[in-house]
Parts: sequence; C-alpha cells; structure tokens
Amino acid sequence: MKIVVLLKQTFDTEEKITIENGSIAEDGVKFVINPYDEYAVEEAVKLRDDHGGSVTLLSVGPDRTAETLRTALAMGADDAVLISDERIPDDEYAVSKVLHAYLSKESPDLILGGNFSVDRGSGQVAIRLASLLGISHAGSITKLTLNGTTAEVHRDAEGDLEVLEVQLPAIFTAQQGLNEPRYPSLPGIMKAKKKPFQTLTLDDLGLSEADIQPATKQSELSLPPERSAGRILKGEPAEVAHELVSLLRTQSKVI
Amino acid sequence: MSKTILVYAENRDGKLRQVALETLGAARLIAGDGDSIRILVAGSNITEAVSALNAYGADTIYTVEHDDLENYNPEAYMAAIEAVIGQAKPDAVLFGHTAIGRDLAPLVAASLNAGQISDVTAIETESGEVVFTRPLYAGKAFEKRVFQNGPWVVTVRPNNIPAAEAIEGASASIEDIAYPAPSLRSVVKDVVRKTTGKIDLSEAKIVISGGRGVKSAEGFQPLEELADLLGGAVGASRGACDAGYCDYALQIGQTGKVVTPEIYIACGISGAIQHLAGMSQSRVIIAINKDPEAPIFKVADYGIVGDLFDIVPLLTQEFRKVLVS
Ligand SMILES: Cc1cc2nc3c(=O)[nH]c(=O)nc-3n(C[C@H](O)[C@H](O)[C@H](O)COP(=O)(O)OP(=O)(O)OC[C@H]3O[C@@H](n4cnc5c(N)ncnc54)[C@H](O)[C@@H]3O)c2cc1C
Repeated sequence: MKIVVLLKQTFDTEEKITIENGSIAEDGVKFVINPYDEYAVEEAVKLRDDHGGSVTLLSVGPDRTAETLRTALAMGADDAVLISDERIPDDEYAVSKVLHAYLSKESPDLILGGNFSVDRGSGQVAIRLASLLGISHAGSITKLTLNGTTAEVHRDAEGDLEVLEVQLPAIFTAQQGLNEPRYPSLPGIMKAKKKPFQTLTLDDLGLSEADIQPATKQSELSLPPERSAGRILKGEPAEVAHELVSLLRTQSKVI
Repeated sequence: MSKTILVYAENRDGKLRQVALETLGAARLIAGDGDSIRILVAGSNITEAVSALNAYGADTIYTVEHDDLENYNPEAYMAAIEAVIGQAKPDAVLFGHTAIGRDLAPLVAASLNAGQISDVTAIETESGEVVFTRPLYAGKAFEKRVFQNGPWVVTVRPNNIPAAEAIEGASASIEDIAYPAPSLRSVVKDVVRKTTGKIDLSEAKIVISGGRGVKSAEGFQPLEELADLLGGAVGASRGACDAGYCDYALQIGQTGKVVTPEIYIACGISGAIQHLAGMSQSRVIIAINKDPEAPIFKVADYGIVGDLFDIVPLLTQEFRKVLVS
C-alpha cells in the first residue's frame, strides 16, 4: 500500500495576522502542519502500520516547509518530497498542476490531504488533483476503513453523514474527528533526521513557468475592521435579559 | 463579447436552498449588459425547485433528473454537470460554498482547466473588472482577487451576497438534459440525516453557540430552546466538541465552520482566537460568560457577565414575549 499525504505548512492558528508592505508579515510567526493535514498524516501512519506499505509526504512550499515535514516524519511517515520553487504562484490552479506532475509518475494507492488549509481556506487542491489524476475522491471524511481494493469512508456533509464505498486509488480529505493526531516522540524526532528527504524544482518535474501561469491573482489585501468591545449589561439576570432584548429591537434593529 | 454565466442551484430533497438564490444574486453582480444567466438544477426530484426558479429571470434552466442523483455522489453529479456544460459552454460557473459546492467546484475547475475563486463574500466591479472579496485565515484577513483568464469558477459563501429577487412576469425556457449514466467508481451506501428539519448552521440568521461552559450534552438544551424559538441554529466551540458535549459538525472557528449571522450568542465560550476567527464577522455579537475577563467580551456588542443557565432561559422568555406581541 503506497500512501501519499499532501501537506501544507500554515501559520499556527494562534498567530495574529499583520500586513506589511502589502503582504502578510511572516516575521516571528510560528509555522505548523495545516491542522487538517495533521489528521491525514496520522491516518496514513495508522493505515501503513495495519496494512503495510509506505507513507510519503508531499508538499509545495518555501524552504522553511522542510522543518514542518520533519515534524510529520517524526510522527511516523517514511519519506518526504518538497517541491520548492519561487516560480510557483500562490494559486490553486497552479499548485494542483505541480502536484499532478509529480504524482502522475508515482501511482500511489491512496492519497490523503486536509479538508482545506486554514490560511487560504479554499479547499481546491486535493479535489482538483483527483480530477487531474482521473481517480475518485471523497472530501471531508471522518472515518476510513480499507477493504482490499476499496475503501469505505464516512463523509461529513454539513452535519449529515454519508457512507461511501470508493474504489482505489482515491483521494480523501480529512475532517476533524477522523482521529487524534499523535505528538512526535523523541525517538521519532531522532529517526526523522535520517529519513529520505527529496527537494525538487519545476525543472525536475519537467514543468516550465508557462505550464503553471496562475489563473487568478490577488489585487488587494486588508484586515477586517477591528471589532471594539461593546456594552456590558449590568443588573439582575431578569433585568439584563429584558434590556438585551429591547436593545436588539431598538438599537441594533435585528429583531 | 457577451458571456454565459451558469448558476448551480443547490436543492435539498427537491427544495431550493436559500444559497441557490444568493448564487443567482452573485451571477447578477457579475453579469453585464447582454450576458446570459442560466441555471442548472440536478437531482432526483426537482420539479418544485425548478418551478420556484422560473420567476427569477434566467434565460434558461437546465434540468438533469435521475435516480442516480438522489444522494450526492461527486462522480454522478459531475457527469450531469459536464453534460450541461457541454450544452451551455459557460464562461463562468457559480456554486454556493456548501458541502456540495465545495466538492463540485474544484472538479469543474479542473475539468475546464480553469481558475477558481472560493468562498466569496462580496463581488464588485472596479474599472470594468469584476473583483471578488474573500477571507484568508478564516477572516483574520481579507483579499480581493481577480481572474487572469477564463473560464471562471466561483463559490459564494452563504449569508453574504444578497439573494436574487423574483422578477414579475419572468419565465425561463426549460431544457431537460439527459443524464449520461457513467459507470461509477464510488457508491453512496447510506446517508444518515442528522440535520433534517434543522436550520443549516452556515445559512442561519441567528446562531446560539455553546462552549465548555455548558458542561454536558444536556447543557445544550436551553440553547436549543432559544434557537428553536428564534428559528436559529445551535453552534459550538471546539472546547464543547472536544469534551463530547456535541458533534464536531457544530464547531465554529478557524478549523470549524465560519458563520456570519445577524445575531451570534456565545454562551460559556471564552473567546479563543481560533473561535473568534469563525464568528467575528457576525453582525451583532452577544456574549454570556461567568468570567468578566473572558476575551469574548472584547468582540461582543453586548456582554452579560453571569451564569448561562440563569440567563439563557430568561432570554428565551423575553424573546417569547416580544415575538408574541
Ligand atoms: C489548531 C487548533 C485549532 C482550533 N480550532 C478551533 C475552532 O475552530 N473553534 C474553536 O472554538 N476553538 C478552536 N480551537 C480551540 C481553542 O483554542 C479553545 O481551546 C476553545 O475555543 C475553547 O473552547 P471554550 O471557549 O468553549 O472553552 P474554555 O476556554 O474552557 O471556556 C469556557 C468558558 O465558559 C465560561 N463558563 C463556564 N461555566 C459557565 C456558566 N455556567 N455560565 C457562563 N459561562 C461559563 C468560562 O468562564 C470560560 O470562559 C483550536 C485550537 C487549536 C490548537
């Protein structure tokens, strides 16, 4: 069983966002595995332990992504591939083409990724990849069971639960609830340092800049208007409840 | 050159979803003079949804009706959509940013070799160019984004773009498109409806959320009563989900759902940055918390320092009085 995990490095979810010179400042920011991808890594490692095979981590990102890949290797993945090239634009159209160029030569049985990345939040890449590779997918899964050449998955559909049987190879994206990601152990961290780690550029993939011209472009970046603290209502609970409802009618005019 | 804009009108069990009309509203924001707006309705029982859409002034409504489309299966739905795309040759395809739209749009984008802008919260035209606003970092930042080339694929976040209104006397031409019945590599074996009859969280105008402060699954009861009374939905913090008081499907925040209701009531939620990311764009925020220092009060329009088990039932009583009168 050859498993590939698509992994993105994102800002730690605790980070405050600031804008400097028209882009999001990265100085002093702590980077982590995209939280949804962490579930994908955990699931892949568990499946490999139960069914044999290997887990390859695959990421597109800047050089600093190596550090996050080492963390995921320490969680138990076998090897990592980082595609790092300044010519790759920040557009899902382009990123999915880069991943496709690599994966079309690899033919994994199973590809796992996150439901979406908590930075750009567009949830496109894994599903685009399913289409480019011509394989099935199920998004937002909370349970995965392998039965030979098929997988049974539970998919979270806005609160409803869909049970699907999917032929492999397939791509699944992980939703919260799939599992409880482990912390990398100290021996895991030591071992991770020696695991195979490949860094590739566009040239290695046989892609040129023209192949991955971005389809969309950012034209402006801004922070949301700061919310200021409002009024604390004081008094006996019954009075406060009465006051709140009347304020919602008269002042906020929302009911 | 006039454009053809195709709107995917999502229906649920044959009923049109509110987000379908908002997606149509988005199409009107994109369309210029002479552009053609067309609608696609797919499903197994769509007569009602199609007739409801008839009055919205689209040029054509494409319908694909088949038993294979009873439950959502990406392969079956893609086959239906590709059949319509082959007919309509759209320059833009629009979806709601819902469980289904999030799943289908990237497939359509990949098959059209097109760019996609997801989770759009506003659309404007600036010097002749259509500009899409969308959140980054779950709303801790916003970007404006434009397409570099066509075709366009867009998903619009529920509750943000004004719904299209019906046009008096309008009617559309209806074109039935044959479902091409592909051989499916995945099959839907079962669908467990947990949300039947409930208001969808991402579309709700009023959200009442509980955190670890509700203390148990039963602790959500008073919140549910208030939500039922107001026609709203119940949400939760990750604290409440992790503690097993409720399903992860209710989680609001950076790694949960992002909601933008008219009223958000946070009960027993401390206001961690990851939670705020999912709700801070709500119109009016109300916080009920025992701890006067809780960070949630920093973003709340109205704060009540107190025990949610006292306050929430009293609020329900007060709302009931107002709604009766
Ligand atoms: C990678 C990552 C992603 C995350 N994503 C999310 C996310 O998407 N959404 C999310 O919500 N969190 C998320 N979190 C978790 C987040 O950091 C907080 O831990 C979580 O939001 C806390 O939930 P809470 O406010 O319910 O619980 P607590 O922080 O325990 O707060 C409970 C609050 O209830 C109050 N309280 C207790 N009893 C009562 C009472 N009777 N009446 C009134 N008030 C009472 C207390 O004063 C306290 O303020 C994430 C964390 C990480 C690391």
